[in-house]
Amino acid sequence: MRKKLQVEAICQGTVIDHIPAGQGIKILDRLRLLDSNASITVGFNLPSKDQGHKDIIKVTSRKFTEQEANQLALFAPSATINVIDNYEVVDKFKMALPESLQGAFTCPNSNCITHNEPVDTHFYLREHNGDVRLKCKYCEKSFSKDIVAEL
Amino acid sequence: MENRLYKRDIISIADFDRKDLELVLETAAQLKNSPRPDLLQGKVIASCFFEASTRTRLSFETAVQRLGGTLIGFSDAGNTSAKKGETLADSVNIISSYTDAFVMRHPQEGSARLASEFSSVPVINGGDGSNQHPTQTLLDLFSIRECQGKLDGLKVAFVGDLKYGRTVHSLAQALCHFGAEFTFIAPKALAMPDYILEELDEKGIKYRFSDSIEETAPQVDIIYMTRVQKERFDETEYKHIASKYILDVESLKDAKENLKVLHPLPRVDEIAVEVDKTPYAYYFQQAENGVYARQALLALVLNEVV
Repeated sequence: MRKKLQVEAICQGTVIDHIPAGQGIKILDRLRLLDSNASITVGFNLPSKDQGHKDIIKVTSRKFTEQEANQLALFAPSATINVIDNYEVVDKFKMALPESLQGAFTCPNSNCITHNEPVDTHFYLREHNGDVRLKCKYCEKSFSKDIVAEL
Repeated sequence: MENRLYKRDIISIADFDRKDLELVLETAAQLKNSPRPDLLQGKVIASCFFEASTRTRLSFETAVQRLGGTLIGFSDAGNTSAKKGETLADSVNIISSYTDAFVMRHPQEGSARLASEFSSVPVINGGDGSNQHPTQTLLDLFSIRECQGKLDGLKVAFVGDLKYGRTVHSLAQALCHFGAEFTFIAPKALAMPDYILEELDEKGIKYRFSDSIEETAPQVDIIYMTRVQKERFDETEYKHIASKYILDVESLKDAKENLKVLHPLPRVDEIAVEVDKTPYAYYFQQAENGVYARQALLALVLNEVV
């Protein structure tokens, strides 16, 4: 029996697969994918052999910058990025949590100097008891990733 | 001793390892014993206090002058271009081009780290908001070493506001390099924050909690007092808890002979004046030591060989 894809295949672009169910919307929003001209196909709560349920995002004719990939690792460390050319997967890589993130998020500390000055925010990342903590290079305060990313 | 601090920015106590700390303390002891009015000869130091301070600014400025240096700067940001809306980055860029080192205090967290990225000369942090105040920690360590003759394996009790007190956090972190054991005495609402306790756990540092200074005094070498700020509680609540965190002569009756009481000052009423006359009081010597600790830092940052 022919296996039918639940989300249509794309000719060229990037497929972010194995996104934990529920995180897909956040990724669309965070990476401002809807602001670009790229065609986007999404699937939420799809059945997954490994995860039970997963989200998937397919972006036509667009490559990800390193910073976008790093942000992605924060929301969905288990996700995979597939680079598609002519309907074939030509490159595939897993997310790895970066050591630091620059310019991606605002510091949740309202008295942090980065709110008033011409610098990019800079967070050092580390895993603690299963949570990812981000420590601001400037004000040295540590935050759970959810607090930083929800801003 | 190799000068590992030459040309370095002094921003956070977290940037110091044990050897760096020992170098500053050793140099401070030398300068206390034999003054060196030549070490900053010909150097101009910026003393920029974007937020008012008494002890920190005056002891920094004394330190510069005792080492033979000269000062430019301001004691509050009221009459500066910061008031006109200039960024800190621009202010630092310009002022650092006039000087050999940039001492600063600023009300926002992270300001000193940011300044170090725009300064052409070493930046010394005299306090950035609620974040760091590394020179206070260095003078605390210097005072502890001076009154105990050592830093390794001491038992230290912290009393009062352990939640908001940056001096307490930094000192606890610095003492981890020397295998200290801690007792924390604080009202629930002002307890030591979890992230500090997690750090202590990761480093295998022993600590316990107590609600009595009197019961703790016979077991520790240092009592580090801080002020419980009235404005954090309603009046009845404050009256109920405050007496527990006041140190008087009675609470020291069974204290160890070598016990010394420290306090970052200003004191309000958390140490009874009668304690000043006991051999346990060390907070005024501690404040004086601020000059030597700051001399040591300035000397090390600006001279390859001290």
